[in-house]
Amino acid sequence: MSRAPGRIEARFSGRLGDFTLDAELSTPAAGVTVLFGPSGCGKTTLLRCVAGLERLPGRLVVEGEVWQDEARFLPAHQRPVGYVFQEASLLAHLSVRRNLLFGFQRTRDEQRITLDQVVSLLGLDHLLERGVARLSGGERQRVAIGRALLSQPRLLLMDEPLASLDRARKAEVLPYLERLHSDLAIPILYVTHDPAEAARLGDRQITLSEGRTGPVIETRDDAQGARLAARLAEVGPERLFEDLCATGVPPELAQLTLAALLAGLPPWRISDGGR
Amino acid sequence: MGEIIWLTVKLAGITTVLLLILATPVAWWLARSQAWWKEIVGAVVALPIVLPPTVLGFYLLLALGPDSPLMAPLQPFGIRTLAFTFEGLVIGSIIYSLPFAVQPIRNAFQAIGERPFEVAATLRASPIDAFFSVALPLARPGFLVAAILTFAHTIGEFGVVLMIGGGIPGETEVLSIEIYRLVEALEWDRAHQLAGLLLVFAFAVMLSLLLIERRTGRLRP
Repeated sequence: MSRAPGRIEARFSGRLGDFTLDAELSTPAAGVTVLFGPSGCGKTTLLRCVAGLERLPGRLVVEGEVWQDEARFLPAHQRPVGYVFQEASLLAHLSVRRNLLFGFQRTRDEQRITLDQVVSLLGLDHLLERGVARLSGGERQRVAIGRALLSQPRLLLMDEPLASLDRARKAEVLPYLERLHSDLAIPILYVTHDPAEAARLGDRQITLSEGRTGPVIETRDDAQGARLAARLAEVGPERLFEDLCATGVPPELAQLTLAALLAGLPPWRISDGGR
Repeated sequence: MGEIIWLTVKLAGITTVLLLILATPVAWWLARSQAWWKEIVGAVVALPIVLPPTVLGFYLLLALGPDSPLMAPLQPFGIRTLAFTFEGLVIGSIIYSLPFAVQPIRNAFQAIGERPFEVAATLRASPIDAFFSVALPLARPGFLVAAILTFAHTIGEFGVVLMIGGGIPGETEVLSIEIYRLVEALEWDRAHQLAGLLLVFAFAVMLSLLLIERRTGRLRP
């Protein structure tokens, strides 16, 4: 079908104000890689470094292409990424249609994703000619996602795209994100602090705490899942969480595992793909 | 009379156009620069607000006069002085109204914040592209306010014009000077007409500024 996916390899370490990031990640450029951790742990900073919006010493190679190393720093506007911010951040002076086409008109890559595709994927039909001030929160975020997709990204970066929405709006946008995942072959780096969201959307997880990346949690493991699900039914979530932590599983990871179990999804197998 | 009004409008119009072009890069730099000394530049730009117009006019008279070193480069073109000329008035008006153009544009640029430029960058817009496609359109209300203020402020200018213009008919005689002259000559009726005209104009200006402010306040996302 297509060639084997390359990898996204990033290492950043440095200070930004009084925050220190010391992050390293290596993940296949396919599917959804979730960067998971509590707020203030450096997920957003890491994502901004990948986009080129922030500059910290380090190295970034995406599918064999060097975006940053000691000698080179590709400016943000030359990186083929799509970025979805926590707040939709639509351009207030443009209609929905012109917001969607802003990146599309500027990309030099082959235009694989068309306006029609994005409009039907994200249900934006009836919104195209509207001004952005007259959109609901969920609609704004869908336009922001569509706009990022239309810039023909080779890597989609999403920074808590659901965090600014209430429960109902979240439930409205989440199915679109899942379709994104299944319909388009664009690798996604997805930042969230919500374990349920991480469990539902991610193919693999990387935890962050206090600016440091943890192990990569690579694949779903049904056998381990069945065992843990049985244990959950037996002792309840709080006890299982303590048990997991007691066996040396980092708390963020235990939280993810529980969220996955409670959502009826198989949990994650821990591998040492990180550092 | 018609000539005086036309000259006044022409002076204000030319000043407004030139000043908007000149003030934009200055306002952009003041809004975006991280340099610690930028407020020194900001203070120099704002000086005409508090400086007595006669002081400004005095220095301009020296700077544009025949003995000024600033005039030396123009000597080969047969221009000895710009004092008491229309061109001199334009230069004086630009300096006099500079803060009224720079401040609203600077505020408008600052109000945009960082995010729209980050959005533009992640959508492949180079910094120059983003300046024209994002910064300028988003700062449009600021430009409108700057244009109105500059135009109105130039119409109302008196001290500077008196110092460097001298009131030469058809060249430097503008409305505010004419009103002064009419009152001196005890021609109250014509003074009334012109003063009334300027009063209505000033009211229209303030009203339009307030309406712009109200509308943009509502439009802000």
